[in-house]
Amino acid sequence: MKSLIKVALSGVALMALSVTGQTASADAIADIKAAGVLKVGVKADYKPYGFLDPSGKIIGIEPALAQDVADKLGVKLELTPVVSSNRMQFLEQGKIDLMIATMTDKPDRRKVVSIVDPNYYSSGTNILTPKTFGFKTWEDLRGKPVCGIQGAFYNKATSANYGAKIVAFKGTSEAYAALRQGSCVAFVYDDSAIVAKTNDPAFADFEMPLPTIDDAPWGLAVKLGEDGFNKLMSEMIVGWHKSGRILALETKWGVANTPFAKAMHDKHK
Amino acid sequence: MDIFFEWFRHLYDTTGINLPFIYDAYDRNRMIDGFWMTIKLSITCLFFSTIIGMVGAWLQGSPLKWTRRIVNGYIQVFRNTPPLVQMYFFYFAIGSLLPKVATDYGGEAPLLGSFAWAAISLSFFAGAFNVEIFRSGVEAVPKSTIEAAEALGFSRLQIYRDITLPLALRVSLPALNNNLVNLVKTTTLAYAIAVPEMLYEANQIWSDNVNVTEMMIFLLLAYFFLVGILVWGMNRWEQSMKIPGYGE
Repeated sequence: MKSLIKVALSGVALMALSVTGQTASADAIADIKAAGVLKVGVKADYKPYGFLDPSGKIIGIEPALAQDVADKLGVKLELTPVVSSNRMQFLEQGKIDLMIATMTDKPDRRKVVSIVDPNYYSSGTNILTPKTFGFKTWEDLRGKPVCGIQGAFYNKATSANYGAKIVAFKGTSEAYAALRQGSCVAFVYDDSAIVAKTNDPAFADFEMPLPTIDDAPWGLAVKLGEDGFNKLMSEMIVGWHKSGRILALETKWGVANTPFAKAMHDKHK
Repeated sequence: MDIFFEWFRHLYDTTGINLPFIYDAYDRNRMIDGFWMTIKLSITCLFFSTIIGMVGAWLQGSPLKWTRRIVNGYIQVFRNTPPLVQMYFFYFAIGSLLPKVATDYGGEAPLLGSFAWAAISLSFFAGAFNVEIFRSGVEAVPKSTIEAAEALGFSRLQIYRDITLPLALRVSLPALNNNLVNLVKTTTLAYAIAVPEMLYEANQIWSDNVNVTEMMIFLLLAYFFLVGILVWGMNRWEQSMKIPGYGE
């Protein structure tokens, strides 16, 4: 028990230290310029938002946005691959200066990192299905087998709200195989990934017909307390929406323009 | 009953021990479905693998060379490959080659679904072991017993059915017991081809509620309980079939 209290106390002390540490160096922009390198955390396994090319270089929509930021600051860009479970920690620890990693903007995340307004992107849940079924609403899935990924949060929503029978597999390849052989009528997944799949010639007879649900905006983030950097990023995002940069990147990487990106472009035009 | 369920919600609020498959109606229903699916899959596979074992052991003693070769080939293939690979092979490779049938929602689905393939592949997998287990029993039956039956004019099938098998069964039971226990545990592999059994449902529940520890403990106890029932039943059967001076 005594040691437990000790651990708890030292934890509190550490937290206090880190808080004071954050307020001490509040100007990340000056630090980045002094170092001459901007370190950005991006996904490396999420085609086409951030993935590896055959030579092992990270490319995609988010690395391109990161390059824009580096150009604006006049420094070199250094990309660090992150995954969902470590991206916020990397930012807190100072391993990266900026995170553009398909992160859904949520209130509890805003307590840990400084998410920049406005949101730069958005995605939700949709289905990939053969065109022959002609599904129009989510209710059309009632009682039919729908493939999914084991552990995805929308499996429960799809079966509880719309009565679909979820047939969940370990990975996306198994789910796509089951969909193609007709074991299920649709595959419920992230709309951003499905859009990329509909451009695949092998899936020419498939479509994404339903309105996207659970649409959640993505936020890029800087370290908590870096208000100056946050403001700069906010201006950059408005600039991207204004110039149609996001729409252009979507087109470049073979993604149909998403409603969110179009709406933001119209708003800031 | 509701008070009982609510107590577990209270338990979660006060202690952090999260058992949603008791207090949440949706999670409870899918856990119960998963439990029955495991039992259904286990019983189906136990039944068919035992039948395969008995028939296979008989065919192994066939005077026809090619029958013996086919049975031995079957044993080699199914005993020497991992059951998970077999399941993927059946579901994705063989499944897509099968003729398609029209479904009531206007599509075309493969003839056999994931449950059927899981039952088939697990039955054949355990069946391959069962053939060898029954063979060990058959070979333990004294040659003189069979010669006596032949002298009395029994046919080959009659000898196997009425004399060899009943005696062989008593010798094989301990080994058979072992293999069937393994089979019940191997049914968890079926979640790879989306058969909604206990592990599959538990996996989804712990993903939704982030209560991996609680679900793991529950799963362990649930399988311990299920296999315990099987072992108890098999031991009872062994006891009831005891013949003085044979197979002890």
